[in-house]
Amino acid sequence: MEFPQLEYLRRRRCDSAVNTEQKKLTQTPLLKIWVPWMGCSLNRRRGSSVPQFCNSPTMIVMVGLPARGKTYISKKLTRYLNWIGVPTKMFNVGQYRREAVKIYKNFEFFKPDNEEAMKIRKACATAALKDVAAYFSKEQGQVAVFDATNTTRERRAIILSYAKERGYKVFFVESICDDPEIIAENIKQVKFGSPDYVDRDIDEALEDFSRRIECYRASYMPMDDEEDRKLSYIKIFDVGSRYLVNRVQDHIQSRIVYYLMNIHVTPRSIYLSRHGESELNLLGRIGGDSGLSPRGQKYANALATFIRGQNIRELKVWTSHMKRTIQTAEALGVQYEQWKALNEIDAGVCEELTYEEIQENFPEEFALRDQDKYRYRYPKGESYEDLVHRLEPVIMELERQENVLVVCHQAIFRCLLAYFLDKPADELPYLRCPLHTVLKLTPVAYGCKVESFFLNIEAVNTHRERQAGHYGQKKPYLNKKSREKKINRKQL
Amino acid sequence: MRGCSSRAKLAHGRDTAVCMTNCPTLIVTVGLPARGKTYISKKLTRYLNWIGVPTREFNVGQYRRECVKIYKSFEFFRPDNEEGLKIRRQCASAALNDVRQYLTEDGGQVAVFDATNTTRERRDTIIQFAEQNGFKVFFVESVCEDPDVIQENIVQVKLGSPDYTNCNTEEAAEDFMKRIKCYENSYEPLDEVLDRDLSFIKIMDVGQRYLVNRVLDHIQSRIVYYLMNIHITPRSIYLCRHGESELNVNGRIGGDSGLTPRGKEFGKKLSQFLQTQGISDLKVWTSQMKRTIQTAESLSVPYEQWKVLNEIDAGVCEEMMYEEIQDHFPLEFALRDQDKYRYRYPKGESYEDLVQRLEPVIMELERQENVLVICHQAVMRCLLAYFLDKTAEELPYLKCPLHTVLKLTPVAYGCKVESISLNVDAVNTHRERPEVGISLEAHRRAHTHPQEDGSVWPDMAFSPRAFSSTGCTVQASAFLLTHGVNLTPNPQHSKHPTRK
Repeated sequence: MEFPQLEYLRRRRCDSAVNTEQKKLTQTPLLKIWVPWMGCSLNRRRGSSVPQFCNSPTMIVMVGLPARGKTYISKKLTRYLNWIGVPTKMFNVGQYRREAVKIYKNFEFFKPDNEEAMKIRKACATAALKDVAAYFSKEQGQVAVFDATNTTRERRAIILSYAKERGYKVFFVESICDDPEIIAENIKQVKFGSPDYVDRDIDEALEDFSRRIECYRASYMPMDDEEDRKLSYIKIFDVGSRYLVNRVQDHIQSRIVYYLMNIHVTPRSIYLSRHGESELNLLGRIGGDSGLSPRGQKYANALATFIRGQNIRELKVWTSHMKRTIQTAEALGVQYEQWKALNEIDAGVCEELTYEEIQENFPEEFALRDQDKYRYRYPKGESYEDLVHRLEPVIMELERQENVLVVCHQAIFRCLLAYFLDKPADELPYLRCPLHTVLKLTPVAYGCKVESFFLNIEAVNTHRERQAGHYGQKKPYLNKKSREKKINRKQL
Repeated sequence: MRGCSSRAKLAHGRDTAVCMTNCPTLIVTVGLPARGKTYISKKLTRYLNWIGVPTREFNVGQYRRECVKIYKSFEFFRPDNEEGLKIRRQCASAALNDVRQYLTEDGGQVAVFDATNTTRERRDTIIQFAEQNGFKVFFVESVCEDPDVIQENIVQVKLGSPDYTNCNTEEAAEDFMKRIKCYENSYEPLDEVLDRDLSFIKIMDVGQRYLVNRVLDHIQSRIVYYLMNIHITPRSIYLCRHGESELNVNGRIGGDSGLTPRGKEFGKKLSQFLQTQGISDLKVWTSQMKRTIQTAESLSVPYEQWKVLNEIDAGVCEEMMYEEIQDHFPLEFALRDQDKYRYRYPKGESYEDLVQRLEPVIMELERQENVLVICHQAVMRCLLAYFLDKTAEELPYLKCPLHTVLKLTPVAYGCKVESISLNVDAVNTHRERPEVGISLEAHRRAHTHPQEDGSVWPDMAFSPRAFSSTGCTVQASAFLLTHGVNLTPNPQHSKHPTRK
């Protein structure tokens, strides 16, 4: 992305000889990263502003019988890695199969002696591998999750040699489970709704799927301690009761292992809410550490009533270190934990200013922010990208926990929501997170059910839409009066 | 949010007492001699204390050495030596007793019970003990059959042990191998099936493979993550600050200024120094502040910028001189001197906050091999405190002068430190611990025993470890300080095991 003032400076310096000794550092306008000038022909920076955790691309290869949670894990892992900034994509071979064989008849397709089907299935796996290669080479992907049963050593060998030829690292994730209840629950949650079974009734589908599993079982060769001792893998037993981890090669694999060891499938709900309306909210000012307004206090009480009405088992309550979230939590009358990591985005020099004041005093900054709101860092402050980085331990702990209520701030809320709802970086800063509204997130099937509860206490609207302006064009921001007109609108 | 540190917890409702929501954890090592149990125990203890979880290790071998003053030979460990068995059982009991004291009365959160614990019978005793006292148990077993690794262990830590002060190397090695044999026959490793209800991690072949069973809670999950990231490949970590900056010269804190000419000179000298060191595959990390990046630029190698390595945020005091801070914010200035570790600048950070944000750096440093970290005074103090096991009280006063490189090389159970001044003058930015009315440090010194066992490594900055955080909130500890309540440890804690 080119920034006009950088372009100008660069043209100036192109003429002068580049001093190889101590080059002057300049701070990039958007990210506020210090970079050396190297003239126009050498555009590479020596420094990297993001720790380089991945060098060669990594293929994560799932292993396991049907209904062992492979796709659940694949999707979740992909979502997590993308959120922390590692470009990741999932490749589900079943999808390829569905595109190749338009109509699924029955389990006979998966019989090991069905030559015709074997050919198709192999072709699908190959097609998926080709797409993996394209993702890495053409789309700057960093991690590809290859989601299929991969239950035979032969199939895994094909994948390994494919990866080796191209210099990809391979990490296997095997899910082993023989608990019939869990398997039945999996089938219920995700298989019945599958396109494969769209015209069947439940009993038919269950019967067919069980026989499908049997087709794989005879030829299933789990990863072996001895034979596979040179490979990198994690074996997950009984939905996380036990793990076997072999030869973790690098940082990203270590993070993946840590993540997989912290997730669980116990039903629970996560409640996200902002603090009650604050004094600075009323003044249209951002940041700061003010207390609740009277309406904000009413919200805190309403929140307490709402939470009690939900009858939540063993609810944990988390707040930031800022007064307004703590005051909100106080009304609940239960124990809560304060996390500094949940503090609102630091607006640096723009703290406690109104958007108009920012536009007047820092017009370039104001415009830059609208150009790339996710990566834009306030001078002496933070960016949404920085936020995601500091929220990662919160997400990890949310994964470990069960029922949790998080009382936080607008930008924080957006980051957390983006994680749960798999929103990409360019949507994240524009997610709607109005005051006085609780979001209840309940993991279900492969995703998250979202229920929104507006607790009927009016509040100002702090949401700023995505600006469709050009750089340098001063877009008049809504003044307080016109903002107030929005007050009575129902949010979300 | 880590265990019961003062960082995140506040109890509310009727009681305003310190909140301890998690029950204490007893980590129990398992394994034959020379499998790295003590190495792991010490490292884990150091890490947990650094992140704010009060942890202590209890090495049963120490208790045995205090009981049986003179070690004769491996015969003591023979399974048929009734006398020996009795003494060893007593030592284990004594250690468990101290564990109970530490976890229930002395504010400890985690105790590491370091012994072979190779029989199921012994482990059952410990499990019963834990159940009676409401402790969670987490086993850490180290399994290794690689003779080279075992040999290296023996050379590094056993030959220098008090047990073998009067033997020559061959005698000691031979005796020790026989000692290992005494345990081998009765060794019952943790079993996937028989021990499926226990919480444990089995570390195989120094980290090639791990078996993890039933991780119960956050702290166990962190412990597992940490254990899976450490390694023993020889390497060195270089820590230094940026070159002297413009604001340094003006006596101002914080900010984002560039280097002075002397600072740039340091950059050049640093580059030369690194070349003489001949380091293979050196990673270079900086913060995102101009002065560290400028310093790294002189090295002409790729480097990574970490925002979390940025200097402590002094909030409203940014770019002020200490005298100005004292003028404009006299109360803040005084409070900082009372508890420099926990004190948070208004709209800024505390050292405690720094430690929390530096934890991923430490984790990645553990994973890496040769690394040079170019950072800042407060940040360097935090990192140094981790490697040299300094307490929260000592951390903010560690000396980290400009234009000096610290080379840390892990060795035996600790860290060798070499301090290399690159002979470029710079201002001194160090502020000594001021004489306050109630000095925590002075009080502690008056009540603890001095460390036994002189330093084997002349350069190692080893000093008695005082008690770590007792899990109070910021407000609570300020209250205790101003009202003259001391936070000194129980004098008995001097049983703190020394290196072998």
